[in-house]
Amino acid sequence: MSRRIFKRTFSGPDTDMDTTAQRKAETERPEPSGPFQSAAPRLTLSGISKSFPGVRALHNVSLSLYPGQVTALIGENGAGKSTLVKVMTGIYQPDSGEISIDGQATTLPSAHAAFGHGITAIHQETVLFDDLSVAENIFLGHAPRTRLGTIDWRTMRKNAREVLETMRAGHIDADTRLKDLGIANKHLVAVARAMSIDARIVIMDEPTAALSMKEIEELFLLIEFLKSEGKAVLFISHKFDEIYRIADRYTVFRDGEMVGEGLLKGTGQNEIVRMMVGRNVDHIFPQREPKIGAQVLSVSGLSHPTEFDDIGFELRKGEILGFYGLVGAGRSEVMQAIAGITRTSRGAISLDGKTIAPKSAADSIEAGIVYVPEERGKQGVVIGLPIFQNVSLPSLKRTSKSGVLRLAEEFSLARSYTERLDLRASSLSQDVGTLSGGNQQKVVIAKWLATAPKVIILDEPTKGIDIGSKAAVHGFMAELVAQGLSVIMVSSELPEILGMSDRVVVMREGRIAATYDNKGLDAETLVRTAAGIAA
Amino acid sequence: MKNFLKYREIWLLAGIVALIGLISTRFPGFADPANLRQVFNDTSILMILALGQMAVILTRSIDLSMASNLCFTGMVVAMLNAAHPAIPIPVLIVVALLVGLVLGAINGFLVWRLNIPSIVVTLGTLTIYRGATFVVSGGAWVNADQMSPDFINFQRAAFLGLPMLSWIAIIVIALFFLVMTRTQIGRSIYAIGVNPTASVYAGIDVGRTKFIVFCISGMIGGLAGYLWISRYVIASVEVANGYELNIIAACVIGGISIAGGIGSVGGAVLGALFLGIISNALPVINISPFWQMAISGSAIILAVVLNARGERRQGRIILRKAEAA
Repeated sequence: MSRRIFKRTFSGPDTDMDTTAQRKAETERPEPSGPFQSAAPRLTLSGISKSFPGVRALHNVSLSLYPGQVTALIGENGAGKSTLVKVMTGIYQPDSGEISIDGQATTLPSAHAAFGHGITAIHQETVLFDDLSVAENIFLGHAPRTRLGTIDWRTMRKNAREVLETMRAGHIDADTRLKDLGIANKHLVAVARAMSIDARIVIMDEPTAALSMKEIEELFLLIEFLKSEGKAVLFISHKFDEIYRIADRYTVFRDGEMVGEGLLKGTGQNEIVRMMVGRNVDHIFPQREPKIGAQVLSVSGLSHPTEFDDIGFELRKGEILGFYGLVGAGRSEVMQAIAGITRTSRGAISLDGKTIAPKSAADSIEAGIVYVPEERGKQGVVIGLPIFQNVSLPSLKRTSKSGVLRLAEEFSLARSYTERLDLRASSLSQDVGTLSGGNQQKVVIAKWLATAPKVIILDEPTKGIDIGSKAAVHGFMAELVAQGLSVIMVSSELPEILGMSDRVVVMREGRIAATYDNKGLDAETLVRTAAGIAA
Repeated sequence: MKNFLKYREIWLLAGIVALIGLISTRFPGFADPANLRQVFNDTSILMILALGQMAVILTRSIDLSMASNLCFTGMVVAMLNAAHPAIPIPVLIVVALLVGLVLGAINGFLVWRLNIPSIVVTLGTLTIYRGATFVVSGGAWVNADQMSPDFINFQRAAFLGLPMLSWIAIIVIALFFLVMTRTQIGRSIYAIGVNPTASVYAGIDVGRTKFIVFCISGMIGGLAGYLWISRYVIASVEVANGYELNIIAACVIGGISIAGGIGSVGGAVLGALFLGIISNALPVINISPFWQMAISGSAIILAVVLNARGERRQGRIILRKAEAA
């Protein structure tokens, strides 16, 4: 540990150790010890369930947080981590289950109530106020008052400085506007706010996602400080190296259920990966006999200044190519570049042997590449326009003659594709907004098929739709490739990736980590590759 | 949605009929066809302007500079006519369209290329175009006696029982109807208003579409400039000062959503007619101009409330179907 960083080490019960001992402590990670060690959890959730219409987000989960310890919450996307955070911060009310703090059963009917119990959450993107000063951010809502009831600015600044000093973050000026600070310093302010309200339970929801290596180190020193102050910390991260570096305990969620917990010491990474992915098959994927043909799309050296680097892969006729990775690995960004929505700095894309350089979505559609985006509502259907106009939207060039629409052609185009997809609607002039989610998804797919593409990129095609609609989308994908189209499927759902893909590309941190043939491929390999764990 | 829109316009039409009926009880000649033709003619310029504004509002933008554009272009054609009375009127109309187009293109360019919100751009050009009028005219007026008889009488010439001005309005309405419902650009205007993100993915160039829309509203402003000046036979820096708010009011009363994407040619025309009837009728039945303002203002708020309720109901339909699915 360098001298410079050590200077920032927080005071606490353990700082009288010399650096060697400290490093040893970090690598060997002894049983949690110190003045705050106690067997009694600070916060216990037990039997918590929460459902939303059509989705069971949490089922009978439990979680315990201990004072002076960091508990890592681990799980795939959609495992229920965010829902749990919202239950703990009073934003969602659980359908059943018990919450107790220091052994006392309690409820958290509102965010305010959670705040009152000293529960505070630090999010990936801090929810603070950019245009207020550091001191205002720390004391917003509980600012010291003068006798007249106005804000006592002098005391507020002084207190802010004191809080920052105790965290050894005295380099942050209490009068700076928050927007002038980097993300790491914003985290420090968020923690200072937690300290100022005497938070006892600190939830960190992927706090490292936007940080550099050095900033992550600083954040870890801060977490050590919180531990030394006896705070119970919940640390949510996808990154195993971070979890093993900072956490004492782990809790693993899968599909809204708690599937394992314990002390991290003595628990191997592979064991945790197995807990994350082991699941019963609850969904049968269409059987298909892939007839893979010649190369259709080839991408090489595709790079973007900030989002991805040196992406190369090929896609063949009649193939489903899965793209797996953690959220934020850059998969959607790569697809948007191929679809002409974002620009790249380097690299080449060729379709059927011809190099293409799409400058806009219209160029890609023309060339035969369509991108079906992830967010159906925001990026897919145009609610307010009738079904047939939604379907024809990207094909207007073909259904019109020198700028004048030909309604008959639009209708026949819309009819032929919506019939193939078995769309349930009373009329094609019906507003898409009146359709169910699954039927809206069909309209979106019909709209892209109507452009007669060669390559269709589906980004999280079954996210947030019910099981029945999922099966329909999967069946339809199988039909598409059987007809000689090529499909790229970006998905964060392992069963979908394993059940549908012919080959799988795994991305990690903006680069391709590996490409696998989906023969005997197992979920653990994918998760390990995506998270960067050596086998 | 289509059905519901019709529903909303039918209500507005019913409101207008009721209003005419109400006025007729106090002023029996009002519902007379000859008088209604007169009201239509009087409202023609507002209708044309409201259509241009409608296209802009549909794309989630706004053009506050239309009245200033009208003033500037009107001054330019008036001065041109005063200096060269021999230039035929159709040529002057083309000049007005082109000058308006240039002013609109400036707005559109700033919105498209520099990505400045349209309300800011056109708030700026609102002042600039009026200031430019002062610069070209040196603050002087162009009076009726300086204008050629053709310049003044063109829009008053009767053709098939209607003055030319009414015919121009009818042609513009028909053109807008065709463009909005039967062309790619019309469809793009609605699509980017309803869902700009999805439109980008569908290959629609949102910036370019907005540019085109501002060019359209600019041309409309220019055309209205000539019509206004030749109707009120005076060109000055003060012409149509503050009139942009009447144009926007006509759109809002006509059910065009300020949030973009919702609205129709019929709605804009009816909204303008509603305002036209109020301003025509109330003076003859001895209601003070301040009441006119209050009535117009109430109509705006009523329209917005009704539209908001309409959109909320649409939301409930989605939910109910989603639950049933």
